[in-house]
Amino acid sequence: MTEAPTMSAPAADSATLVRVRGLHFSQGRRKIYDGIDVDIARGKITAIMGPSGTGKTTLLRIIGGQWRPSAGAVEFDGANVHQQRQRGLYAMRKRMSLLFQNGALLTDLSVFENVAFPLREHTKLPEAAIRDIVLMKLEAVGLRGARDLYPEELSGGMARRVALARAIALDPEMVMYDEPFTGQDPISMGVLMRLIQSLNRSLGITSVIVSHDVDEVLSIADFAYVISNGQVLARGTPDEIRASPSEYVQQFLQGRPDGPVAFHFKARSLADDLLERA
Amino acid sequence: MKGGIVTVLSNFLFGLGRAQFFLIGILRAVPAALLRPRAIIRQLYMVGVLSMIIIVISGMFIGMVLSLQGYHTLVRFGAASSLGVLVALSIIRELGPVVTGLLFAGRAGSALAAEIGLMRATDQLSAMEMMAVDPMRHVIAPRFIAGVIAAPLLTAIFCVMAIGVAGGHAIGVELLGVDAGSYWSQIRANVDVHDLIQSFVKATVFGAVISWIAVYQGYNAPPTSEGVSRATTSTVVVSSLSILALDFILTAFMFR
Repeated sequence: MTEAPTMSAPAADSATLVRVRGLHFSQGRRKIYDGIDVDIARGKITAIMGPSGTGKTTLLRIIGGQWRPSAGAVEFDGANVHQQRQRGLYAMRKRMSLLFQNGALLTDLSVFENVAFPLREHTKLPEAAIRDIVLMKLEAVGLRGARDLYPEELSGGMARRVALARAIALDPEMVMYDEPFTGQDPISMGVLMRLIQSLNRSLGITSVIVSHDVDEVLSIADFAYVISNGQVLARGTPDEIRASPSEYVQQFLQGRPDGPVAFHFKARSLADDLLERA
Repeated sequence: MKGGIVTVLSNFLFGLGRAQFFLIGILRAVPAALLRPRAIIRQLYMVGVLSMIIIVISGMFIGMVLSLQGYHTLVRFGAASSLGVLVALSIIRELGPVVTGLLFAGRAGSALAAEIGLMRATDQLSAMEMMAVDPMRHVIAPRFIAGVIAAPLLTAIFCVMAIGVAGGHAIGVELLGVDAGSYWSQIRANVDVHDLIQSFVKATVFGAVISWIAVYQGYNAPPTSEGVSRATTSTVVVSSLSILALDFILTAFMFR
C-alpha cells in the first residue's frame, strides 16, 4: 500500500509542535507502523483517525515517550523525545498531558485529590490556591459536585471527564485525547467537544484527538490524519479528508463493511475452517 | 529436552537480571521517598498494622505448641525448668523470623503484588509517568521501605506473643506448672543480645526480599486478570522459597 498524496502541506517548522518522521513500531510480530510522518501544529486541533487496532493509542504513547519506536524520530518542540534522560523527558511531560481512554484515575484518591495530584507534585502553591484551581477545573467538566467521590463511584464517562480536569490542571501546552467521546452520552459529548474547542481557542492549547467518531472529530479538528495498516492514508483539513478520492478513506468515513479495508482479521476461508477435520 | 532446559535457565537468569536492575531502581528512589513520610506511614498501616492480627494469633499458637511439645520431651530428662530457654531460642532464632516472613509474604506480599499489578493494568502507573511523576518514587519505594520496616516489627510482636503473653508462658507455666521464676530466669541467662540481633537481621532481610519480589512481580505483571493472578501467586511462592533458602544461608553464616 502506498501513502496517499498529501493534500495540504504540513505546517511550517516554527508552527509545528510535534514532528514524527519515518516512525516504525512493532508489537511482537505485528507491525503497527511502517514509516509514517505526522506533524502536530502548534495551537491547533489535530485529529488522528483510523479503524480499531491501527495503533492510534500507540502513537500517543510513543509521542509521550512511554514506548520507544524501532526506527524513526519523534520531536517535541524541536527536541527528540526518545533521546532524553529521565529529567529531560519529565520536563517535557510537564508541558504535555495524555487523557487515557479509561481515565486512569488513581483509585486510592478522591476526585478532588486526583485533580490536585499534579498540582501538589509540581507546584508549591498554597492549599487555598490548589483548592480554587481544582474546583475551577472540575467546574469546567461539570463535576464540581462530585469532588468527594472516589473513582469506583464514577461511571466510565464521568471518570474520563475527571481525567480531563486532571490533564488540564497544570495548563499544559498540548493535550492528547485518547478516544475522549467513547461512552459519553450526547449531552456530555457536546460539552466535551465545546470544552476541547474552548481550551484550544482561549488558551491556545495544542490538541491531538485520537478517535473513530468521525463526524464529531472532523467537526472540531483543524487538520486530520487517517491511518490504517501502518501507513498514513490521508492527511488534510476536514474538508479535504471528506473529499478524499481514496477508497480506503471513503470506506472508513462512511463506515461501509465492504471495501479495501478488510473487516475480517486475516484468515483462510470460512469453508476451509469448517471442513477441516478435528 | 536439552534446548528446553537451556531456555528455562536463560529465562530464569534474564528474570533475575531484570529484578536486580529493578532493585537498583528502587534503592535509587529510596532517598526521595524518605522525604515523604506520609506515604510510608500509610503503607506501614497497609502492610504492617493490617498484618498484625494474623501474626499475633499465629505467634500464640506456635508458642503454645512448642511449649507443649518441649515440656513432654524435657520432662523425661528432668529438665522441664529449661522449657523457657527452649521456647525462647527456637522462636527468636528461627521460628519468629521465618514464620513471620512466610505469613508476611502471604498476607502483605500478595496484596502488594495485586495492588501494583492492577495499577499497571488500569494505566495508573502510566498516567503517573505521563504526569512526570516517577512511580518508583511515588508507588514502589514507599511500599518497599514499609515492608523493610514492618517485617522486623512484626517479628518482634510474633516473638513476644509466642514466648510470653499467651504462648509458651501460658501453656508452660499456667497449664503445665513449670516454675515461672525458672522459665524467665533461664531465658534471661541464655538468650543474649546476639540472638536478638541475628533475629532482627533475618527479619529485615526477609522483609526486604518479600517487598522486592512483590513490587517487582506487580510492576511487571501483564495487564490482564490472569497476569495479575499469576503475579500474586508467584510472589507468595518465590518469596516463601527465598525465605527458606535465605534462612539456611544466614543461619550458616551467623551461627558459625
